[in-house]
Amino acid sequence: MNGNWRTWVLIGLGFAVVIAAIYFPVLRRRVKTAAKIPQPSEEQARRELTQAVAQSPSDPVVKAKLFWISNEDESALAPVSIELALSKDPVLRAKQVLNTLLAGPVDSDLRTLPPDAALLAFYLLPDKTAVADFSEALATSTPSGIQSEQMAIDSIARTLEANVPQVKRLKILIHGQELDTLAGHVDLTQIFVVDSKSAPRGAITLDLPTRLALPPAAAALNPNAVKESQR
Amino acid sequence: MFLISSATALLAWSPIFVSSAQAPQQPGSAITTPPYQTIPAPAPQRTGLNIVVLDPAHGGTDPGARGAQGIRESDLVLDLTVQVRRALEAQGFQVLQTRSGNENPSFDDRSTLVNAQRGAVFVTLHISSTGLPGTARVYTAPESAGTVPTGGVLSWDHAQTPYAALSRKFGDAVQGQLAQRFKGSPNNAQIAAIRQLRTTGAPAIAVEICSVSVQDRGDLDRMMPGVADSIARGLAAFRPSYVLPGEAGSHP
Repeated sequence: MNGNWRTWVLIGLGFAVVIAAIYFPVLRRRVKTAAKIPQPSEEQARRELTQAVAQSPSDPVVKAKLFWISNEDESALAPVSIELALSKDPVLRAKQVLNTLLAGPVDSDLRTLPPDAALLAFYLLPDKTAVADFSEALATSTPSGIQSEQMAIDSIARTLEANVPQVKRLKILIHGQELDTLAGHVDLTQIFVVDSKSAPRGAITLDLPTRLALPPAAAALNPNAVKESQR
Repeated sequence: MFLISSATALLAWSPIFVSSAQAPQQPGSAITTPPYQTIPAPAPQRTGLNIVVLDPAHGGTDPGARGAQGIRESDLVLDLTVQVRRALEAQGFQVLQTRSGNENPSFDDRSTLVNAQRGAVFVTLHISSTGLPGTARVYTAPESAGTVPTGGVLSWDHAQTPYAALSRKFGDAVQGQLAQRFKGSPNNAQIAAIRQLRTTGAPAIAVEICSVSVQDRGDLDRMMPGVADSIARGLAAFRPSYVLPGEAGSHP
């Protein structure tokens, strides 16, 4: 009885080893395949949720102009005409063109905005100032540099100018917050002029709360100046 | 006490702090002739351009642009600053730096240094992430759509506003020199809303070299003497135009 029991245990163990030896390569192959499938990042998942802009079948198909990096000059932007169904509502229309701009051109080297950036919200104020709220990736993934940051802002402003004439000025927020700079250089505390006919592009308005032109240390020693700056 | 008197002296000295007591009397105001002989008031003197504040961008925990070969913008701009400094001192300018080691002063700290000077210009130095390698670009702040204060105190947030036209002239002078040396560089300065320039109360430019994406850091090192010389030559060409806003004969 004792001898039979041992034999059966040994046979069972041997069988398990054979099964494992057969199954292990299969398992390894499946793990490798799974690793190759890109997992959506938090940013991409958010983008999928936020980019769903309702498109009505009645939206007319028009030739939209989107501004990406020029094929011929990597330091300049060039318009690309794309047929898009665009809403007549300026807010929906702006969302549609900005999402297409974010999706990027066919040649990904010509894109101006990072692939994982998303438009979270877009508002149009009565004074024709647009507020575009982008995900953090716009700030964290735009290459740091005056040229790259300015081209990112210009591509947004010029695309809006070309397709949404109701927008005259643009304020950019990152995840609902005002940042000092986009990626260390271009000033995001300002409002960008979108309408290049009314002002040179890149000009900014002066409707911000002001601080006096005192060096911070001097301002701290001058109580009147501090009061003035808080008005 | 010392701090307060230092601050008062600084306020009195700085070009952007003009008290109403210092404002010239308007013609027709009630001034009686004094019963003693007067000495004619000296004509307002033009401020000469003497000081250049160099700003090696980034530093400390902020490396700026980073290349695949481990090139860090914050290190490179320090080397560039040394060369620009040498070229400017050879022309007789006094040079100040916002940092000389691996520190990262805030934007306001950097502006504070130049805003406390009289007769100064500001040059912030950068290396880009992108763009055509071997080229260099000069940027100036946009000429704002808002109004420029004509007297009293200028807001810190818009300290560049009265200097924007002068900055443009300065930028064009330097960019012209760079275009001659570095093929593919534009002929004129570009406009960009750069945070550092906005709070600078002096003619101010940003110079950006392309780029940290080069395979060999030596490519950038070889550009530096040419960039330094271009800045010095551009500044020498700009020097006669340097008339501060509000001074006699100013035309920014």
